[in-house]
Amino acid sequence: MSSEAITRPAENAARLKGDRLIDFGGLALTIVTLGFALMAIFPVYWAVVTSFKSETEVIASGIALWPSRINTEAYEHIWTNTNIGIWYINSFVTSALITAGVIVSSAGCAYALSQLDFPGRRLIYVLILACFMVPMQALIINHFVLMAQFKLLNSWAGIILPQLIVPVTIIVYKQFFDNVPREFREAAQMDGAGHFKTLFRIYLPMNWGITSALAIITFIGAWNSFLWPFLAATGEATMTVPVGITQVKDAYGIVYARQMASAVMAGLPVAVLYLIFQRRVTQAIMLSAGVKG
Amino acid sequence: MIRDKRSEYLAALILVGPFVVIYGLLFVWPTIQMVMLSFTDAPLIGPGDWVGIENYVEILTHRLFHNATWNTAYFVLLTVVPNTLVSLAIAMAVNRLKGWQQGFVMACFFLPYILPVSVVYLTWNWIIDVQYGLVQYIVRPFNGGEPMSLTRTIPFFMPTVAVVTIWWTLGFNVLLFIAGLRNISPEIYEAASLDSAGRWRQFRKITWPLIWPVTALVLTIQLIAQLKIFDQVYLFSIGGRQDPTIVLVQYIYKLAFQQNKGGEGAAAATLLFAMIIILSVLQYQALRARGEK
Repeated sequence: MSSEAITRPAENAARLKGDRLIDFGGLALTIVTLGFALMAIFPVYWAVVTSFKSETEVIASGIALWPSRINTEAYEHIWTNTNIGIWYINSFVTSALITAGVIVSSAGCAYALSQLDFPGRRLIYVLILACFMVPMQALIINHFVLMAQFKLLNSWAGIILPQLIVPVTIIVYKQFFDNVPREFREAAQMDGAGHFKTLFRIYLPMNWGITSALAIITFIGAWNSFLWPFLAATGEATMTVPVGITQVKDAYGIVYARQMASAVMAGLPVAVLYLIFQRRVTQAIMLSAGVKG
Repeated sequence: MIRDKRSEYLAALILVGPFVVIYGLLFVWPTIQMVMLSFTDAPLIGPGDWVGIENYVEILTHRLFHNATWNTAYFVLLTVVPNTLVSLAIAMAVNRLKGWQQGFVMACFFLPYILPVSVVYLTWNWIIDVQYGLVQYIVRPFNGGEPMSLTRTIPFFMPTVAVVTIWWTLGFNVLLFIAGLRNISPEIYEAASLDSAGRWRQFRKITWPLIWPVTALVLTIQLIAQLKIFDQVYLFSIGGRQDPTIVLVQYIYKLAFQQNKGGEGAAAATLLFAMIIILSVLQYQALRARGEK
């Protein structure tokens, strides 16, 4: 009477896996995986540890995995002797404005494409899809010329504007708006709500999760962007953190504690965002790549 | 009814408006300008005379352009397939873990991906430093006891930057592969282990064919991203000879921003633009042919 249960594949598989030899192999594999993970994160750890050493300890021979004394000299130095404070303001302001601009323009555009019927709708959608393929790196010269014409080089606006083109956000929003049942919109319009009210009171709140996910990765992307801010901001006062820390290091000579301190400062905001919102970050990245997560 | 239609058009206009303006001003216009500029002898900023296809002839016979093309192709070769294979292996290893182990391992592999490129550069520049870098402990025994600069020794430059790039970006690919692996029904593996198929056979007969759509996606995303490479290659070549390791976007940067040859730079940009658009269209067609998008 129990033969029926035993032939069920799941239980057979479980029984096979119970074999001691396979268990041992599995354990070894787990240990190897953990080892590789530690190796992968080690450079980050090493940068952080180095930043807390004194410059003399940094160049001492041997591998000291922990500073002999926690030393914040490097941080004090970069905060008092470089413009990192200004770069921080530049980075936060430009990244926040890029995020706000991308989210608002994308949500509006996606709502119109998803819910409204108007002439040129298909054309705009095709143009957005086409925009996907465009290598922004090829447009650097003409973005530079354009920003020079507007007299926006070395300004926040000059850094922000070319980074507002993020077609993928529109595509993701449109997919989510397409899935909102039509009854919600019809009910809202019965109550006399206009399109804007429908968007801001129903569609966006219903998709709050995806909005925050997209906002976080847009912010991370903007914070991390290098090539355009590097070209658009040539004065030390207008640089962003990731650009600034590579441009003034030559003046240091061999001062790796300070370099690592500036690297830690540059990476900290995005690392913290990722560690707090891991699930949202990975969800948004998978959606942007067109993979259902 | 007509009033309704009109209000719908108006709402659509307001919602789509910001994106269309941004798109036209910062994408369509610069693209047209880029092509126009490529047929003139203009400097970076300022007017120039029409010279026909002279810039293209100049570039296509320019040794540095050949260098840049080959170096870019070499970089693609060093990163795309190795990164994909390593990522798949890591994804499979991570996928069999559970609970905190999986979360921890995933965070270790993924964290580097969200860091700014300049943080990655500073961190590795310290690790490979010719005098005090950790990597020298490995390099010295292979180099007759002498330290060696991995980024100033030309044959080692691209492989070094490739390894750093793979370390930096594999988290993204691992994420996509894990999503793909989770979509493979466990029952298929259970059936296979009933047939007592070994791990390697399971991989070849089940995992590899079923994960192939994700593999193809990862390969094409990588290919297009690496053709646009600039940041790491530029940063690691600061202070050294740049021409032997120059890549295509760096070539555009050099022509336009360092040599003030706007027209020639635009011609090089147009060539890169065309190359990437063609590849993207092919990719899109391939994906659509499989019914993925």
